[in-house]
Amino acid sequence: MVIKSKTGSESSILSVGAYRPSRLVPNSEIVDAIDSSDEWIVQRTGIESRRFAGPDESVVDMAIGAAEQALLRAKLTINDIDSVIVATITYPHQAPSAATALIQRMGNPTAAALDIGAACAGFCYGVAMAHDFVRAGSAKRVLVVGVEKISDFTDPTDRATAFIFADGAGAVVIGETKDAGIGPVEWGSDSENRDAILMNPSWIDVRNTETQLTKADIKWPNITQEGQKVFRWAVFSMSKAALKAVDSAGLSVNQIDAFIPHQANVRIIETMAKEMKLPDSVIIADDIRTNGNTSAASIPLAMDALLAKHPELHGKLALLIGYGAGLVYAGQVVKLPPKP
Amino acid sequence: MALSAADVLAGIKEIVEEVAGIPAASIELDKNFTDDLEVDSLSMVEVVVACEERFGVKIPDEKVTDLATVGDAVNFIVNAAA
Repeated sequence: MVIKSKTGSESSILSVGAYRPSRLVPNSEIVDAIDSSDEWIVQRTGIESRRFAGPDESVVDMAIGAAEQALLRAKLTINDIDSVIVATITYPHQAPSAATALIQRMGNPTAAALDIGAACAGFCYGVAMAHDFVRAGSAKRVLVVGVEKISDFTDPTDRATAFIFADGAGAVVIGETKDAGIGPVEWGSDSENRDAILMNPSWIDVRNTETQLTKADIKWPNITQEGQKVFRWAVFSMSKAALKAVDSAGLSVNQIDAFIPHQANVRIIETMAKEMKLPDSVIIADDIRTNGNTSAASIPLAMDALLAKHPELHGKLALLIGYGAGLVYAGQVVKLPPKP
Repeated sequence: MALSAADVLAGIKEIVEEVAGIPAASIELDKNFTDDLEVDSLSMVEVVVACEERFGVKIPDEKVTDLATVGDAVNFIVNAAA
């Protein structure tokens, strides 16, 4: 017996949507806890402010906010979506997933739904998977959301991370199109360096601590990062990976209109652009300056901000590259969504 | 291939000037990268990677913090290349 197989079609990003928490937190509000200064933070990272979600802005609330905007811009409803991928590392339940909470609350409770954990690379992993779902005929329209509430998992006194991370959500609808609007993914890992960015302690350690030590000793899992190691990997390895993604799409950097890397640090973004010898004509996303590093949400948020500032980029080619804890990375060239 | 300390110093001067915009004339063996030359931790990574490419040596992340002065870097690179 032969099992019948399916084939689908090429796919593209049909729309992008964003949810930015309302509370804007300037550097001046966080510097006392880390004995730092606005000048130091801006010089090291380019970050002038970030957004922190409030108690009424959960991971799922923010994901829905971004998804609703993306669907509205694509002139679709949640019922037009057959698969949902949510990239996050800060949904505070192991199960069930944030994706199933999203479809249930938005009114399409039977769609295929899953969360993926690829940290700051999660959105680009999701785009690659959604494109493959459509090409394989497993889905016709996929909602990909990157969302984080990292303020819940950040130690405000940690001098290596407290000024970097932020909250927010971004979403895209990926659907069938005649021509490919998403290039081949260039992805992989450097798991020898998986300690460079991590969240510790584990939940098992938290539980064991609770039985052995006093309540005051229990430390909630929070994110830590070895800045120099991550900077080196991000700049020098990710530049090569991003250039490979351009090559895999059969293009050269001169044909790219915009560069939308993970918004980790302005210094990383600028040094990558220099390493890659991007022509001056390429418009580079720098949403991090005012909105911080939102991990899996940073690329769709930066895409949304870039299209608002440069509407001429609708339908043009952008190079995306996400990279983060794992260490893992994924990048691809995409055609930016058409003007809604 | 053995490198001379003078060649390595000349190369480091060019690299630090290029990466951090510090005039080569002010870069001497006894200068501390952080305190005297104000090369911050991220620029130091760029200097290290540029040195690796230029001199064909490996400078592991854990060694970078030991390179306090220009002289420390020159010695490390000369020994690593020997």
